[in-house]
Amino acid sequence: MSPLRKLVVSTALASVLMAGAAQAANVRIALVVKSLGNGFFDAAHKGADEAAKAIGGVEIIYTGPTTTTAEGQIDVINALISQKVDAIAISANDKDAVVPVLKKAMQRGIKVISWDSAVAPAGRMLHLNPSSNELIGNMCLKLAADALPGGKGDAAILSATATSTNQNTWIAEMKKQVSKYPGLNIVTTVYGDDLSDKSYRETQGLLQTHPEVKVIIAPTSVGIVAAAQAVKDAGKIGQVFVTGLGLPSEMAGAVHSGATKSFAIWNPIDLGYSAAYLADDLVKGTKAEPGAEMPIGRMGKLKLEANDEGAMADPFVYDKSNVDEFAKIF
Amino acid sequence: MTMHAHAPDSAPTFRAIPDRLTSPARNFLGSWEALLLLVAIAIFGANSLASPYFLDINNLSDATFNFTEKAIVALAMAFVVIAGEIDLSVGGIIAIASTAMGAAAQAGAGTAELVVVGLAVGAVCGLFNGLLVARIGLPSIVATIGTMSFYRGISYVVLGDKVYSAYPTDFAFFGQGYTWGVISFEFTSFVLLAILAGILLHRTTFGRAVRAIGNNPFAARFSGLRVERIRFIVFLMTGLAAGLASVMLTSRLGSTRPSIALGWELDIVTIVVLGGINIQGGAGTIPGVVIAALVMGLVTSGLGLLNVPGIIMSIVIGAMLICVIALPILLRRLLHKWRSA
Repeated sequence: MSPLRKLVVSTALASVLMAGAAQAANVRIALVVKSLGNGFFDAAHKGADEAAKAIGGVEIIYTGPTTTTAEGQIDVINALISQKVDAIAISANDKDAVVPVLKKAMQRGIKVISWDSAVAPAGRMLHLNPSSNELIGNMCLKLAADALPGGKGDAAILSATATSTNQNTWIAEMKKQVSKYPGLNIVTTVYGDDLSDKSYRETQGLLQTHPEVKVIIAPTSVGIVAAAQAVKDAGKIGQVFVTGLGLPSEMAGAVHSGATKSFAIWNPIDLGYSAAYLADDLVKGTKAEPGAEMPIGRMGKLKLEANDEGAMADPFVYDKSNVDEFAKIF
Repeated sequence: MTMHAHAPDSAPTFRAIPDRLTSPARNFLGSWEALLLLVAIAIFGANSLASPYFLDINNLSDATFNFTEKAIVALAMAFVVIAGEIDLSVGGIIAIASTAMGAAAQAGAGTAELVVVGLAVGAVCGLFNGLLVARIGLPSIVATIGTMSFYRGISYVVLGDKVYSAYPTDFAFFGQGYTWGVISFEFTSFVLLAILAGILLHRTTFGRAVRAIGNNPFAARFSGLRVERIRFIVFLMTGLAAGLASVMLTSRLGSTRPSIALGWELDIVTIVVLGGINIQGGAGTIPGVVIAALVMGLVTSGLGLLNVPGIIMSIVIGAMLICVIALPILLRRLLHKWRSA
């Protein structure tokens, strides 16, 4: 039975070797993500490590399931509870399913926060939103004004579906705040249903029916790419600009072609950084309650509102100068 | 895996080998269950060495949750596989049963009704699988690949991107409750069901019939066994077990989404195969499946404690499966060579 022995001995040895990692730091914060192997979360991990270095004496455990399932995250959280980590900062795959296990974590003295994708209030102490609806609405208008000569001109919105909650909230915010940008005028809203081809056709239609529109705001990562392509194909680069919310990896081409001057989305590095900082705040004894202001290092302070939620910052602006660097990340 | 020291017992005399095969003690040592048990003990030892957190009664109890539900389905799946069939729809059954329970809970059903709904939906799905395989005569792999998507598809149609989470608070007992100290309700059920399954497979004529069918369905039929009926029953059992797993998992999660238990069928088949059940049917034991479930649980919880990413974990489990399956085949070939030499 010698091959069996070999298997056993080497399995044992392999496991022992894997345990070689250091356990020196005194505060251990687990950054639990939706799934591993995702550039967005790898960038957040980078930010969390940066925060750990800035704070000192903090170790970040970056972990998550292989697929974006709640069951996988629960197994991961159970393992973290067993290790008696000090804090868990999670971007949840399912805001309800992780609640029981996170409650158990809190009962055993582990601080729990959610970031990016929220956990229901019962399962966490606070939630870090990357931004707020108000800030997103304002940022879209600001980018549109920046793209227009003198900040004056007509804008149109290319949204996702007419029923998507996020987009409708942001559009409402834009309409509310547009008075802050005199000269900027929102003439119409069209819906591309978050489908590339429909967004493309809607943009083509828009260019024909509203030739006065000089800037298209697409607060959707699918729409913004399609709109930029439509503007490029119509040969209107330099006359019509596209902006909104998009992913650097998908938008790098549009930025370089000139169809887009700048666009925005949250910066995952800042998000991971703030999440780690907040987790450490809780471990150090800061109490999370509505109205509390929690320090988040170079990002300033997080003001907690109803349900212990807080918004980190303005969406981060990407243009020619930084889009390539971030395109590698997400 | 570059280690190759520590092998003091490498056979010194070739001629003694046939004798070993006949010695009962050696036979037991060479059995699949002994091998698995050794692997389990080794992993347990390695885990305790590797992580200071492993040997903690609370942690060990927590660790049982990550495999118990799958292990319960594996017990029933063992019968299906021994009968020469396979059921790939178990993940789908868990999803549809969970969806049905969610809908019932929203309609105001109490805990007892929810359990009945979960088990009943599981049983009906198993019945339908049995119908397709035993009555209509579809190959089970085809039939259950179909029902796998069919059952989960219904969940998706009903739920879309929504969630059912209005479960009564005492419903949490089945997935989060403890029967005694740190022994969870899930683990207790698993142990009891394992004993039941062991008796059923190894001590009853039904178990013998299942094995006979797996070995040779024609011979079984000519011996007067009601082959279709027994096939029907094993699929019904598996559906029921999946329904029970669904009750536990739903209770543990406290919510239902259509993606619940996605991909579980393969984990469950892995436990069954690792447990030494012949994938072509006819042979296998319940103790083997139980130990295999423990091995899987130990490996995942041990690697989890070391924060090994899930993808590495699947590689380890895959490698382990291949090693454990290939080993006896290689050994047998080696023995054969020695004997004929």
